[in-house]
Amino acid sequence: MAKYNYLLGLFDDEEPLLAAVHKIRDAGLNIHDVLLPFPIHGLDDALNARETKLHNAGFLFGATGTAFALLMMSAISVFDWPNNFGGKPFFSMPSWIPITFELTVLFSAVGMTIVYYIRNGLSVFKDIEPLEPRTSSDRFAIVFDLDEYGEEADMDKISGLLTSLGALEVKTKGMSKRHPSHEEQSTRGFASGTN
Amino acid sequence: MSNYSSPVRDPLIEGSKSYTDITEDICGPVERAPRPLFFLALLVSGAVALMGVACILYTIWMGIGVWGEHKTIGWAWDITNFVWWVGIGHAGTLISAILLLFRQKWRTGVNRSAEAMTIFAVVCAGLFPLIHMGRIWDAMFIFPYPNSRAGEGILNLRSLWPNFHSPLLWDVFAISTYLTVSVLFWYTGLIPDMATIRDRTKGFQRRIYSALSFGWQGTARQWQRFESISLVLAGLATPLVLSVHSVVSFDFATSVIPGWHTTIFPPYFVAGAIFSGFAMVLTLMLVARKIMNLEEYITVSHVESMNKVILLTGSIVGVAYLTELFMAWYSGSTYEQAAFMYRATGPFWWSYAAMMTCNVISPQIFWIKSMRRNLTVTFIMSIFINIGMWFERFVIIATSLATDYIPSSWFYYQPTWIEIGIFIGTMGIFMTLFLLFAKFAPVVAVAEVKSILKSSGDQYLAKYEAEDRAANEPYLQGTREGSLAGLAPRHKDDQP
Repeated sequence: MAKYNYLLGLFDDEEPLLAAVHKIRDAGLNIHDVLLPFPIHGLDDALNARETKLHNAGFLFGATGTAFALLMMSAISVFDWPNNFGGKPFFSMPSWIPITFELTVLFSAVGMTIVYYIRNGLSVFKDIEPLEPRTSSDRFAIVFDLDEYGEEADMDKISGLLTSLGALEVKTKGMSKRHPSHEEQSTRGFASGTN
Repeated sequence: MSNYSSPVRDPLIEGSKSYTDITEDICGPVERAPRPLFFLALLVSGAVALMGVACILYTIWMGIGVWGEHKTIGWAWDITNFVWWVGIGHAGTLISAILLLFRQKWRTGVNRSAEAMTIFAVVCAGLFPLIHMGRIWDAMFIFPYPNSRAGEGILNLRSLWPNFHSPLLWDVFAISTYLTVSVLFWYTGLIPDMATIRDRTKGFQRRIYSALSFGWQGTARQWQRFESISLVLAGLATPLVLSVHSVVSFDFATSVIPGWHTTIFPPYFVAGAIFSGFAMVLTLMLVARKIMNLEEYITVSHVESMNKVILLTGSIVGVAYLTELFMAWYSGSTYEQAAFMYRATGPFWWSYAAMMTCNVISPQIFWIKSMRRNLTVTFIMSIFINIGMWFERFVIIATSLATDYIPSSWFYYQPTWIEIGIFIGTMGIFMTLFLLFAKFAPVVAVAEVKSILKSSGDQYLAKYEAEDRAANEPYLQGTREGSLAGLAPRHKDDQP
């Protein structure tokens, strides 16, 4: 028996999956995670997942970029080496608008992307063992943590429910690393699991 | 994306595809060994790229005196090529960012390859101002970092700085930001598709795609953040794409050369950039969809949508040309009037004629629907527009400089073989990069196409129509609407 065990219900389309998530939560069972080949609308509500705050990072980095651009150009053109260009003032906002805009966009995009990569646990050195390889192609999986439902009876109940909700296949998968649950991914990113 | 699709929309995915088919059709060619045709194409474009690199090295070694530029015409082919390439690099971000905000579903078929073209085009564009500097080894001087070039140490922060009033410096920031944001946007979108390939391959190939997919797992939370970052990056890239060519146009508009010093330049350049960018996307995609068997994903409807954008932006460009002529006359400025007279009838009249024919007159054929949907016509037109837009930049740059304020300085310009070699070489660089991309990455955004399958797949559209028909048929019997929809016998009021 592997260290961490998961039970996967595989669906072949978005509608049965979405309906199944609602029914499973209504039945009072805890969904560990959902794996998808593309984003599905309504799933966040179905899982009762909170909205991501990622865009706040974009705003904060963007504001940093604006401040950096204005401070940099002021420091250079007003204090360090004021130069007279055609009689324009040393502090000349209109001329600085393009660079301020570009640096705002640059800081916001780069900063937000870095935060996105960190929060989603993405790194070039990360080699994962997928729970189910087909979920990146044509299968939609609802994952249950079997350490939570240790009993044989629970397993039968979950498999029965999944099958009745239209799952094509129900299988167990042993993993050497822990797969963080969707709540953990939401609060602590992927740092909570080693996978 | 919602499942709603207007009944007048044509399907965007043909051939009754399932999710499995989409994965197989797009990822399959990446996983298999390349065909001999690929190596042949790579050999040719690689050779052209090397020739261009040789010409660039020769220029750097000898100095830019090996070009045909001189004191009168100090900007010519190099800046023409720069603006042309930057313009081509506008379609990708327009398709992926602006059309994402407008919820245009046809975007998903072409955005990936168009974004790749954007990045490669901007790389080619960036080469020209760099080598035009002459001393490329001092290129880092354009960035404002504390330095000791003022003759004092770094610690007391007395440095030589660039001029923040100069549009040339704005350009440095605009192009670098554009390249960076385009790469981030493109690669962030590629990661889930790289994971699809990772999960289908084994051994060495899997290890490569495992690194390229950054450990993507496709969990609900990852996709939620993915959607959030896609939307915000699209929101950031939308003003960015409009700003980049505006800033490029400031290079001209803020100077006092007749024919350059006009306020119409920013919108006119942006429209021209999108116009030429779509033309280049069509040139390459019409070939690629054939060779790579992507006809069911990049359909005639996609081509028609792009041709509509070409018609719109081409007409904006045409109006801009006429506005320029009108303003030259209406301004009463003798120099402005002379500049436009020389453009149309002076020594470079042939480039003005080529510009007008290719950019204004010929695209009007796209008012006709059958022409917009004709692939041969589209291909020929896309080549025409590429040529015409190159001439537009040449007309603006060379004719204005050739006949400046001092008639004793008037001079003609002819490129040398080195300049021609560098320009053709950048096409080789562009094609080489595109070929490598097309072979090793999924050319169509797999996950995004899957997300529109339910709303734009042909089998689903047919199903929705049948359901709609079944639901409404009983009520339409004997009515005028029913007979117009072809569902009921002809109504007595509805005479042919």
